[in-house]
Amino acid sequence: MMIFYILLLFMIIACLIAVQTDNLLSSIICVGAVGTIGSLMFLFLFAPDIAITQVVVEVLALVVMIRVTISRDVTFITGDRELFGTVASIVIILVIFLAGIEVFRTLPAFGVPVFSQFSNAASQTYITEGLPKTGAANIIAAIILDYRGYDTLGEATVLFTSIIGATVILRKETRKTQERSQ
Amino acid sequence: MKGMTVIVKTVSSWTKVLIFLFGIYIVFFGHLTPGGGFAGGVILACSYVLLLLAYGREFAEKNLSLGTASKFDCAGALFFAAIALAGFLYGSAGFFYNFIQQQYLAGHNTAFKLVSAGIIPLANIAIGFKVGASLFMIVILLSAFRPEMSGREKE
Repeated sequence: MMIFYILLLFMIIACLIAVQTDNLLSSIICVGAVGTIGSLMFLFLFAPDIAITQVVVEVLALVVMIRVTISRDVTFITGDRELFGTVASIVIILVIFLAGIEVFRTLPAFGVPVFSQFSNAASQTYITEGLPKTGAANIIAAIILDYRGYDTLGEATVLFTSIIGATVILRKETRKTQERSQ
Repeated sequence: MKGMTVIVKTVSSWTKVLIFLFGIYIVFFGHLTPGGGFAGGVILACSYVLLLLAYGREFAEKNLSLGTASKFDCAGALFFAAIALAGFLYGSAGFFYNFIQQQYLAGHNTAFKLVSAGIIPLANIAIGFKVGASLFMIVILLSAFRPEMSGREKE
């Protein structure tokens, strides 16, 4: 339990540095530190599937972000903060913090999952009947691709649509310039 | 961009094969060990991103052009949808019915073996293709994108 508090402290420090620093590159590196600590925490919570996905996506996103910032030569941010915006954001963060404390009181204790309190919860069915019914030893794969395959199809569709949009927006030559050069 | 120095090129030409192999392992064993289609696909894309960073964009596009990547992307998505729709051929259970497991593998003890779990490995392979190709496309597009090259300044 102690290690989670230490990791959380590191995460908060990295977040603060990422927000406060002027150098864009060091800000991105701090975001990478946040993601890496997050994947470490997933690993300590016995969720290796999410840990692998988290660290891999983090690496790819960092590579893209560093490549974009360095090649743009905009490594420094300038400009002053407005007073009203600062006050408003502090008030909003305070309200969310107080609401979060109230919500945390209703949560079950750490390490006691909700589905263990109900005997007929869906997760109990997945754990007891997942291997004989789907044949997949990895229960996560059985859930996301068999019991909840429809969700995965929707997720794949979202990714497909966003790739189509990115391809259309980020192309090198628009149709107008192509027509003009002909 | 012509790429990086000889040291980086040599080391990345060795390691990219291992990264690609690890991605294939993660995709194929997704129903037995942690991982699966999405994580394995991202690792596959990472091996090509390593190529892109070390050798420059032209070399990476020669290896896997944008057209080929988009064909892989569409093929993976179509294959995944086809697996889901193939359940309709086997009775009334319909969409995402695990027909291979229920019809052909049910009597055999296939637990913890590579050939098990019916459509789950096939769906993992389809998602791996899809995610790998599409994330590689995103990286290529973002690294090639130059806002100052668009339209007005060419005139």
